[in-house]
Amino acid sequence: MMHIGNLPFIVAMLLVILGLYALLFKRNLIKMVIGVSLVETGVNLFLVTLGYRAEGIAPIYTHAPTAVSQVLPTPQALTLTSIVIGLATTALLLSFAVLVYRHYGTLDVTKIKELRG
Amino acid sequence: MNALTTHAPILIIATPLLGAFAAPLIGKLGWTVRTAFAGAIAALTGCFAGLLAATLYTGGGAPIVYVLGGRLPLPSGLAAPIRIMLEVDGLSAFMALITALVAVVAVLYSVSYWKERSGGALYDSLLFLLIAGVFGLVLTGDMFNFFVFLEITSVAACGLIGFRTWRKRSSEAAFKVMALYTLSGLFVLLAVGLLYGQYGGLNIAYLATNLGGTMVDRVALALLIAGLAMKAGAVPMHMWAPEAYGEAPAPVSMVLVANSQASLYALFRVLFTLYGQSLSAAAVGWILIVLALLTIFVGVTMALVQKDLKRLIAFGAVSQIGYMLLAVGVGFAVLATRPDFGLTAITGGIFHMINDVACIGLLFLAAGAAIRASGSRDLHSMGGLAHSLKGTTVLFAVGAFALAGVPPFNGFASKLLIYESTFQLSPVLAVIAVLASIVLLAVFVRAFQAVFLGPRLIARPEPVPWPMVASMVVLAAVVIGFGLFPGFFIDKIVTPAANALWSGQGDYIRAVMGG
Repeated sequence: MMHIGNLPFIVAMLLVILGLYALLFKRNLIKMVIGVSLVETGVNLFLVTLGYRAEGIAPIYTHAPTAVSQVLPTPQALTLTSIVIGLATTALLLSFAVLVYRHYGTLDVTKIKELRG
Repeated sequence: MNALTTHAPILIIATPLLGAFAAPLIGKLGWTVRTAFAGAIAALTGCFAGLLAATLYTGGGAPIVYVLGGRLPLPSGLAAPIRIMLEVDGLSAFMALITALVAVVAVLYSVSYWKERSGGALYDSLLFLLIAGVFGLVLTGDMFNFFVFLEITSVAACGLIGFRTWRKRSSEAAFKVMALYTLSGLFVLLAVGLLYGQYGGLNIAYLATNLGGTMVDRVALALLIAGLAMKAGAVPMHMWAPEAYGEAPAPVSMVLVANSQASLYALFRVLFTLYGQSLSAAAVGWILIVLALLTIFVGVTMALVQKDLKRLIAFGAVSQIGYMLLAVGVGFAVLATRPDFGLTAITGGIFHMINDVACIGLLFLAAGAAIRASGSRDLHSMGGLAHSLKGTTVLFAVGAFALAGVPPFNGFASKLLIYESTFQLSPVLAVIAVLASIVLLAVFVRAFQAVFLGPRLIARPEPVPWPMVASMVVLAAVVIGFGLFPGFFIDKIVTPAANALWSGQGDYIRAVMGG
């Protein structure tokens, strides 16, 4: 099996940085939501990677065979929870984006100027 | 110990959660049933919080641990704390009392705040969800559950900020706030992941025994400080706060202040209990102090230039977060040498939390009543409301003086402690804090004069219904009561909370880990 080392961690952090970039520098609300979603995916990937053990088996045994290592179950539970939360936040963000579009007729943040100062 | 006392920690969270999910169903039965149900849930939650606090204080302040779904150690004999756990010490109980006060007042105020009688069940639902989330934040003893509750408050808070979908600004504010809240939550989750990866646990007490001050620990701390300070509304990540407080319905603005304070609580918990002395506290303390001074300065100066009543109060609220951060930052900076004024600073900061929520809450509620009555929130087009809204006028004045730290109101009592103790670390800090308070007084005198004094600009403002007045009177009673008898309240509820931070790390860990 090919050894991948820290590559998953690097990819996860790249996703986080890409997402932050989109959130800070994109002007379209939908692209900002995509940015938030990317950060979320990066963090989720990071969590799953934390629990990975090379050649490990799925953590589904009460009395696991001791000869082989198991993948850690907790990060998977965390990730599942985080995915569900992410779904809710993304849906909420998108519905606010829809409302903003209905009110202002645009998704460009530079043109939405009610709240300043 | 009877069952109710034993299970009080989880009942505090479960009751508003039940309220949140039952409210839309109960709402089908009509306005009267819905209101009675909301009142009952709020009252019950308040009782549980009081019961929990009373149990803690009579038990000598030892932390109460509540393990969900079983016992510790596990039947297999494994002692590592891997179950879901709530842990209540003096500070958690204090925050639970603040949240309970806010919950009861917000529900009472909301009874007659809405002019429409439909759609209110969904509002109740979100409000209870937010309250359940805030209770969860302050009671949990587990980093991951902490993240979950943080996200519950984010979703519910943004739902409430954007609740008035017919208003342009509400949707815009809700979007911005949601994006920042989600980001702060993800910072926290990343930090939780970093800690889990090193120590294989999520329990705060377990992590605290293992933290060794490695580089990764410091990165995690930086992420936690960034995320939690963002959610608390500290400069430079305060942009969401005026929009959230300003656009949310009046009672929700008050609950949002409690929500920000819960994030601040979490920051204190992370610093004092989780990290404690495993890092060079002085450097981190000074970072907090600088953030706090910036927050005070930006909050006050931005409040000066506002024309919108609610945004003006919102910037006032931002500046007050700075005072709490300043006091506790000073306490943390001197954690290693432990002079007496460190504990005084923390006591002042903690005491200021309940004082702030009472007087800022009172201001938001009074402003909400004035805006509801006059149909405007622009300082220039309101005016002369004192002619017809006498009660609200007096209540607003009480809140404004308390916020600016004028004796004999409660803001003075806690700010005096903050001035005294920060002066001993560096006189510059105290001078800036005092000056900012004076400017804040000027800001609120101007707002008061513009809204309530002068000739009548609104011909016939709507009268303020009695539940709204009653809820404001409750807060005003807290403001005046805490101002007149600060010694009593500091002794009873603030000192256990301050001690939990200053010297309670060992007790907090022992309550879970034994030994």
